[in-house]
Amino acid sequence: MSASALLADDSLWELFSRAISLRDYNTRVVLAGTTMLGISGGLVGAFLILRKRALAADVVSHAALPGIALAFLLAERFSPGSGRSTGVLLLGAFVTGLLGMAMTLAIRSWTRIKDDAALAVVLGLFFGVGTALFTVVQKTKTGNVAGLRDFVFGKTASLVAADVWLIGGISVAVIVLCGGVFKELSLLCFDEEFAAARGYRTTMLDGLLTLMAVTVTLIGLQSVGLLLVVALLLIPPTAARFWTNDLKIMSILAAVIGGVSCAGGVVLSSSFPRLAAGAVIVLTGSVLFLVSLVFGKERGLFPRWRSQRQFEQRIGRSDLLRACYELLEPILGSDETTPESLTIYEIDALVLSVTRQWPRGRFHGLIATAVRDGLLVLSSKDGYHLTLRGAEEARDAVRRHRLWEIYLLTQTDLDPRLVDRGADGIEHVLDPDQLAELERRLGGESPHGVPPSPHPIGASGT
Amino acid sequence: MSTSVVVDHEAMQEPLPRPVAAQSPASMVPLLIEDVTVAYHRRPVLWNIDYQAPSGKLIAIVGPNGSGKTTLIKATLDLVPRAAGQVLIFGEPYSQQRHRVGYVPQRTSVDWDFPVSALDVVAMGMYRKIGWLRRVSRKYREAARQSLDRVGMADFADRQINQLSGGQQQRVFLARALAQNADLYFMDEPFAGVDASTERAIVEVLRSLRESGKTVIVVHHDLQTVDEYFDEVVLLNMRLIAAGPTAEVFTPENLRKTYGGKLALLDQLSEKMAQPRSR
Repeated sequence: MSASALLADDSLWELFSRAISLRDYNTRVVLAGTTMLGISGGLVGAFLILRKRALAADVVSHAALPGIALAFLLAERFSPGSGRSTGVLLLGAFVTGLLGMAMTLAIRSWTRIKDDAALAVVLGLFFGVGTALFTVVQKTKTGNVAGLRDFVFGKTASLVAADVWLIGGISVAVIVLCGGVFKELSLLCFDEEFAAARGYRTTMLDGLLTLMAVTVTLIGLQSVGLLLVVALLLIPPTAARFWTNDLKIMSILAAVIGGVSCAGGVVLSSSFPRLAAGAVIVLTGSVLFLVSLVFGKERGLFPRWRSQRQFEQRIGRSDLLRACYELLEPILGSDETTPESLTIYEIDALVLSVTRQWPRGRFHGLIATAVRDGLLVLSSKDGYHLTLRGAEEARDAVRRHRLWEIYLLTQTDLDPRLVDRGADGIEHVLDPDQLAELERRLGGESPHGVPPSPHPIGASGT
Repeated sequence: MSTSVVVDHEAMQEPLPRPVAAQSPASMVPLLIEDVTVAYHRRPVLWNIDYQAPSGKLIAIVGPNGSGKTTLIKATLDLVPRAAGQVLIFGEPYSQQRHRVGYVPQRTSVDWDFPVSALDVVAMGMYRKIGWLRRVSRKYREAARQSLDRVGMADFADRQINQLSGGQQQRVFLARALAQNADLYFMDEPFAGVDASTERAIVEVLRSLRESGKTVIVVHHDLQTVDEYFDEVVLLNMRLIAAGPTAEVFTPENLRKTYGGKLALLDQLSEKMAQPRSR
């Protein structure tokens, strides 16, 4: 069915506009509750990821399955007909979910099994038991599993108001709690040991975070199902991380992305009832994730590629100017390299090109960029002059480069990671005293003079 | 078996300055470690440590890898359980004196990719003071900025920590402890893998702390600089080998006891120490 056919279908359009305009009471309620769920999921998920417990949510959701089945069986046994009550089923899910979480923590702290293995073992165990119990449920008389299956695949669109109030209420509580202990949770995630030394009960804080994760996971079960609820918690913060390096902004963004995914999913799935709401919610989140992955300001692929390119261009430009300067230096004499005098002589492109091992294409690209930026002017066939601006920048680049070289030659104990030659300068790494001392040692007469190179120039390039 | 080691230990150990301790009231002693033993998985890593830190000094804890230097600090700060013994900070258990103790963990103990700025990390040192449910107000942000300034990192306050070099990260950790404004500091290998300017900055901070009467206990791995930086040395290798003023304790003989077979380093060092000092 094509998109135009979908839109031409009057009843579908009607459904869509009803969903958008929130004419239905039920849609409004579901939308509000599920959005709250998305916000709280994103918030809690942010801390889970920073605590490196991302998979914990997966364990909780899978460990909930045997709880749901057990709760149903027990309820049916003692009071037939009560097995379908959401409260009873959620209680069962809560108990086994928490048990699963406790088991991973116990395995981790009492044995030498690593985190990921412990999570996998517990997940497998509980999900296996859950699946087995579900076959038992299916064989009971009242065991029309459809109601229970909702927990596996979610049933957002058909949530009833009472469920939504529960979901919304718990979500709001989690959001408030997260905000209240924000700085303590961030300290726990960053430096647990320091937190403990400062007198925080880290096991209590950890327990609180786990409890919030379990709670959000369980209320998410009904909407998106246990297979996808983990995405509700983890996709928003992972996407948010691409945009920022600030924890507060990341959390808010994760909450917004979570909320938008849920709201979008509800609206879309109530317009197209054939699409399962849980899946649409997660897909909406995934689209936001992909957009963040590519365009995220801090860590996205495109901005990173662009800044790498700009960096290379800057390096290339200063390399070219330095090469020009070093060609002119012997003609002028080291003391006469004022910007004005540097503009007097013509630079032969052929001679220039062999001073560095530039590939042909790269060299022409660099020249073209330099001419475009007004650093060089073409003065004859294959002959260029530095402009005044180019000459000033060339002097600067050479000075910086030589100070760095001297510094690295004399200060071998420097942390090499501090050396970022592409950054705008040595001034940012060394304090003024050190810089002055370095210049004095180099014999530079004025504060902005260009020191002679510490090694013979040109030998390496030809 | 354990008894014999203890006996051996006591035979080797130099007398502790106990008489002095008896004279000064317990609340004046920054750190008193009494008969502390720590075990991991039933294997002891620290045996019967007795130590009393003098007030207002820079103190180095020195010993080979795995000698329990870090564990001693962690046991003092209740971060690992003690199998036996007690620790008193200014005469009281650590739990009563947290506000007077600053702690600089090993830089490598955290993930520096965490999304916070240098200033945020420093502010963490004051979270206890700020209290639950409260934001980090302007007053505390200003205090954090001043701490960064003391380690020469004021210009980097808003820089994300993953963009800092190792030395700069170490200074941020130091600033976080300074923000606690404590009387006794524990620093775990603050000089490990830092550049020269960071080392200078840290030494300056240590000296200014001493000038204002603070006591600083530093796990230190560079034997070459011990006598230059520190007033007191604690030589540790699962047992306390020796402790006291650097000039008296930091001798080739004691180092040999501490480091056992690793002699190449020690021979170098004793050569250095045999030469006349030039400071």
